[in-house]
Amino acid sequence: MNLTLKVWRQKNAQDQGSFATYQVRDISPDMSFLEMMDVLNEQLIAQGVESVVFDHDCREGICGMCSMFINGEAHGPDRGVTTCQLHMRKFNDGDTITIEPWRAQAFPVVRDLMVDRSAFDRIIQAGGYVSVNTMGNLPDANATPIEKHDADAAFDAATCIGCGACVATCKNASAMLFVSAKVSQFALLPQGQVEAADRVRNMVHQMDLEGFGNCTNTGACEVECPKGISIENIARMNREYLKASITA
Amino acid sequence: MSSKLNSRIPEGPVSEKWTKHKGTIPLVSPANKRRIDVIVVGTGLAGSSAAASLAELGYNVKAFCFQDSPRRAHSIAAQGGINAAKNYQNDGDSVFRLFYDTVKGGDYRSREANVHRLAEVSASIIDQCVAQGVPFARDYGGLLDNRSFGGVQVSRTFYAKGQTGQQLLLGAYSALERQVAKGRVKMYARHEMVDLVVVDGKARGIIARNLVTGELERHSAHAVIIASGGYGNVFYLSTNAMGSNVTAAWKAHKKGAFFANPCFTQIHPTCIPVSGESQSKLTLMSESLRNDGRIWVPAELEDAKAIRDGRLKPTDLPEEKRDYYLERRYPAFGNLVPRDVASRAAKERCDAGYGVNKTGEAVYLDFSAAIMRYGQEQANLKGMPNASEAEIRAMGTKLVESKYGNLFQMYEKITDENPYVTPMKIYPAVHYTMGGLWVDYNLMSTVPGLFVAGEANFSDHGANRLGASALMQGLSDGYFVLPYTVGTFLADDIRTGSISTDLPEFAEAENAARARFEGFLNAKGSTPVEVFHRRLGKIVWDKIGMARNEAGLKTAIAEIRALREEFYRDVKVLGGMMEMNPELDKANRVADFMELAELMALDALTREESCGGHFREEYQSEDGEALRQDDQFAFVSAWEFTDNDPGKATLHKEDLVFENVKLVTRSYK
Ligand SMILES: Cc1cc2nc3c(=O)[nH]c(=O)nc-3n(C[C@H](O)[C@H](O)[C@H](O)COP(=O)(O)OP(=O)(O)OC[C@H]3O[C@@H](n4cnc5c(N)ncnc54)[C@H](O)[C@@H]3O)c2cc1C
Ligand code: SF4
Ligand code: FES
Repeated sequence: MNLTLKVWRQKNAQDQGSFATYQVRDISPDMSFLEMMDVLNEQLIAQGVESVVFDHDCREGICGMCSMFINGEAHGPDRGVTTCQLHMRKFNDGDTITIEPWRAQAFPVVRDLMVDRSAFDRIIQAGGYVSVNTMGNLPDANATPIEKHDADAAFDAATCIGCGACVATCKNASAMLFVSAKVSQFALLPQGQVEAADRVRNMVHQMDLEGFGNCTNTGACEVECPKGISIENIARMNREYLKASITA
Repeated sequence: MSSKLNSRIPEGPVSEKWTKHKGTIPLVSPANKRRIDVIVVGTGLAGSSAAASLAELGYNVKAFCFQDSPRRAHSIAAQGGINAAKNYQNDGDSVFRLFYDTVKGGDYRSREANVHRLAEVSASIIDQCVAQGVPFARDYGGLLDNRSFGGVQVSRTFYAKGQTGQQLLLGAYSALERQVAKGRVKMYARHEMVDLVVVDGKARGIIARNLVTGELERHSAHAVIIASGGYGNVFYLSTNAMGSNVTAAWKAHKKGAFFANPCFTQIHPTCIPVSGESQSKLTLMSESLRNDGRIWVPAELEDAKAIRDGRLKPTDLPEEKRDYYLERRYPAFGNLVPRDVASRAAKERCDAGYGVNKTGEAVYLDFSAAIMRYGQEQANLKGMPNASEAEIRAMGTKLVESKYGNLFQMYEKITDENPYVTPMKIYPAVHYTMGGLWVDYNLMSTVPGLFVAGEANFSDHGANRLGASALMQGLSDGYFVLPYTVGTFLADDIRTGSISTDLPEFAEAENAARARFEGFLNAKGSTPVEVFHRRLGKIVWDKIGMARNEAGLKTAIAEIRALREEFYRDVKVLGGMMEMNPELDKANRVADFMELAELMALDALTREESCGGHFREEYQSEDGEALRQDDQFAFVSAWEFTDNDPGKATLHKEDLVFENVKLVTRSYK
């Protein structure tokens, strides 16, 4: 199929940025969206135009690097997928596709479609861990059985890939889904209990410092999240936060 | 044994070596650790765990990765699981059995002492991860669940659905970020090591390119740890992440670190087949699927052809017309033979004309039997003796989904076919590299002060890695080995003081790196980097891939040399040096792959035997099994970069001594 691409080009963080329009031809429906971008880039290089910069690495939906806002949707029109898992069979011959970076104050553009998501790392630094050093003599892993239901729920929360689609989708650019997923993982496990109160307080505090917006429960994040992280996690985090405020 | 190699294997019985050795390593006091800087290149399982653990001990750590966050390292993509000799299933597992399986699985080309240590610390890894809050799969009693993997007959693999690597890496990443928060680790994301700095014969720093600004930065330390992952992307198409590269290891090699067994590469049997020319990477379908999936091709050529032409559906082919060739050839292990064996068997069937996709390079991985078996089990459990076939199928499908859901989803997204209903199509693809920088028992390379961990070293897997053992090795190296063994080198550095980046060695390395980058920009040729990489990959896959022979390897060397020459003359890289420029970074990586590829061919040519993933067509039995030549080749090939030409590398041999495992012909029949 033949497509028209409207791609956001921005030289660096200081640059204003604007859309450029390109045509690509003979795109196979079996190609992934990023492979289509590869075709575009090879074509641009041949024309002497610098290629479009975008983040990507695993190309199988797990590293969380790819991050394109496609036709107004984070990771494009398909559900439960990252940009790298989106396939061209979701588009039609002759379509015009608009491709933008994540837009959020806390995620400044680095170049073109690439943004800086280090705010997420700093939120984890604020408490997204269990304080355990490396030790060869920890209790045996089976010493504390964990109810399967809790273990599975903790796992589901832990599958967040830190892509930031939730932020990009939210009209307030809130990071609640991301933060609540990490808080929930530990809240559901016995290992996380000791530091639970500090964890939720510090992570939420850091989230605010980074300039993410407030959550107004629109639920848009859950819809666009490629890993199906549920907004139940936000409710759980709110409960944890309340608990922490009472005990503080 | 070459006089330039000292493997520093401690004396004594294999089961006591590590404990005794740990007791003799000189200690560095906490006050002195604060005066010692360590650079860790890479934040995958090996790098993150090493950086976090060293920082906890008190060293000043600087960690580097090329992605935007340490959490994105390629380890995140590991699916199936991690081994440990816990014997939770009471099925006869033990440290010795894990050790034995790993040495045998590696086709007797690994070092006994290292492998035994790996097996010894494996149990602590699971304890560590659980304490960090890693959500491993559990059974209904709340205890940890296990599955089995290829090449072994016990269930010792811990897992978190098909996302084990993700959960383990996030555990190590959180430990790392905790140290970043404390100021014990300084994290340099979007930074790429482009050279090693050696001062007075010791590794004392690196040159890194800041990928955002393009600046070349000098970073000094008392020791450097390389944990930069494997080099599978030399094949262009592989299951590795797009950015995985050999540059850090290769630059170290050119500065004196020997490169071991470069021809030992692993082709994984179960990947989604190549679909078209513009394909950028291949996707693995975890080996864990072989627990429940049965591999087959049509028994008759006409049926295979009918399927290829779309005239016949696999589900319409009756049992007796299917060839479950692994079960047929290897009744003892069946679908769970090791990877090298399974891959070659698939290639053999497809080469003989039984392939089932348009290109003829695919076989089936079929879950229908497992779905019905699990469904029946569920029906029994739920007291439904009269359950209909449809009900059984639905229950079985649900169970299979709970085990492999994310993998099935991934498959469906890529191929647009539903694997619960029609069998998956799979074919072997490049997946892992056993070869890597040579290290001694302390994981130190031939450059003093340069340590190497994880997939980047050659240490534990011989000529073939068993499934679920790379995650184990990465975390073993990082959590439990390096924190001790770096002391063997650093104990002498407590009075050295910080290393100045004004030393001439830093300036020299920085200038050389700049010249290299400018060279790519100034070539002003006509061919994009990607095209060269693709062409290189085709040579390597065709001639240094699943089967190799003398003539092919010689041709490969000539072709690689010619391609390299063309690359420097005709590469086209736009943009500048002092800006974010992924094309320029790619050029730098591909240039190193082109040199490595030649060394791989040379190594494969020199090793006149078949072992593990290295199959030389000249050395096979009548029924096509690999033939080792133990009397001549029971050694590690350690190559020294010589005369500024990868083709002139000097071979050093580390003889392998087996005191605890008897060398036999590997048989999985
Ligand atoms: C799809 C897939 C599935 C797998 N599944 C399993 C499994 O189930 N079980 C198992 O045991 N093994 C599995 N493996 C193998 C295993 O995942 C890897 O061998 C292992 O994760 C490698 O870890 P590592 O820490 O050595 O390197 P990596 O995780 O590859 O990390 C490399 C790090 O080095 C950095 N880096 C690289 N070059 C540079 C440079 N020049 N400068 C700065 N930084 C650099 C990167 O940024 C990254 O942080 C799988 C592999 C693949 C491809
Ligand atoms: S919650 Fe979902 S959308 Fe948000 S970062 Fe995690 S995976 Fe991405
Ligand atoms: S590239 Fe890794 S999730 Fe898309």
